Amino acid sequence: MSKFRAVSNLPVLVTIVVALMLTMMPLPDSIAAFRPDWVALIMIFWALNIPRSYSVGAAWIAGVFVDVTQGTLLGQYALALCAITYITVKFHLLMRVFPLLQLTATVFALLALYQFLLFWINGVAGVNAPAVSYWGPVLTGALIWPPLYSFMSRMLYRVQSGN
Amino acid sequence: MAATRSYNSNPARIPALGARAFALLLLSLLLMFLDHRDNHLDTVRNAISAAIYPIRVLVDAPSRLLAKAGEIIESRDELQRENDRLTDEILLTAPRLQQLSALRAENARLRGLLDARQRVPDEVRVVEIMAVDANPFRHSIVLDLGSNDGVYDGQAVIDADGIIGQVMQTGPMTADAILISDPGHALLVEVNRNGLRTVAYGTGEFGRLDLPGLPNNADIRAGDLLVTSGLGGTFPSGYPVAVVNTVTRIPQEAFADVTATPSAALDQVREVMLIWSSRREDEIAAKADDDE
Repeated sequence: MSKFRAVSNLPVLVTIVVALMLTMMPLPDSIAAFRPDWVALIMIFWALNIPRSYSVGAAWIAGVFVDVTQGTLLGQYALALCAITYITVKFHLLMRVFPLLQLTATVFALLALYQFLLFWINGVAGVNAPAVSYWGPVLTGALIWPPLYSFMSRMLYRVQSGN
Repeated sequence: MAATRSYNSNPARIPALGARAFALLLLSLLLMFLDHRDNHLDTVRNAISAAIYPIRVLVDAPSRLLAKAGEIIESRDELQRENDRLTDEILLTAPRLQQLSALRAENARLRGLLDARQRVPDEVRVVEIMAVDANPFRHSIVLDLGSNDGVYDGQAVIDADGIIGQVMQTGPMTADAILISDPGHALLVEVNRNGLRTVAYGTGEFGRLDLPGLPNNADIRAGDLLVTSGLGGTFPSGYPVAVVNTVTRIPQEAFADVTATPSAALDQVREVMLIWSSRREDEIAAKADDDE
């Protein structure tokens, strides 16, 4: 049963902090709109693999932190992250057996929903942003998912098998 | 019965997931409502902002180190050249400054004659922009100074060439400022040449502001300098904002299509200045008087 050993909080915390840093990292203005949504990708990964320890609650707290770093409406990213994490946890058994291509397509759909929620909240709050700032992260997020997934899975396997 | 039990003991089932997600959803809606209506949540935001400060410093560190390294390894020639350039600049600006003090004195005398209120010079402080990216949906910057240093919401941010923006949210150690080019930003300006007042809106492009409120017969032309009018109370008056770029008058339309180019290089600055407006101090003093 060593395969199901509980993962300590440290790796998860580290990946979330790294994701926050990547979110804040300065990029040239021309490509800043295409920054993948690292926190969303990381939360999808953890919700997929250890949904018992990290599900909607963790996603919500991470979302509030993103809200403060980004200076958006408090609760905006929290709501969006919470929603996609809920779907991921709900279907995690199904998604785990997806081949990588199908999983990537699912992640693409989740990211699209995520950006749509952000877009919708922005619309209600009266913030209008260029369209590329919404679909850019969906595109790059889906592109970066396969390498990120295999890297994180390998890391998770190492942590779980105690190396 | 056995079936239900096995379903309940299914290791994949997360207890009360839907209920928790729903509760958190409602909580985020409540948070957004409170945050949008008024700044009820400043304490929460400040606490989290303080917790995030180390991460921001860490992200900012590489570019800061690079700048430092650049200073250290800059060759003697370059330093000499820069020194020469700066000396020249000082020589050029010094006479203007001398004139300025004379003009200021004259202005004060004339205002005295007119019984107008004296203008108090604003206090200015240099602030560094942290190399961290903020809100992807807005044009914003993060300043390396917060409410602990007296930064307040709505404070004007300028650079050497003109208005950059205003402070939108202050944390204890950092502050988020919105640029004048943000599509949600409007700023009261006047044409320096004739005092024509209007509003300059951000467009989402760093190099363009729109002035949609000018009638077709308004006396404005390309090359006019727009300065802050100081009417809104946010920005002190008389700081350059933009230069009118194009004026398109379409006869059948009610308003002219006027665009302007911001004087400050909004996307290239690394150091900005915060203005502690004298008007605000007056307001605080007035409020204190009222309270007594």
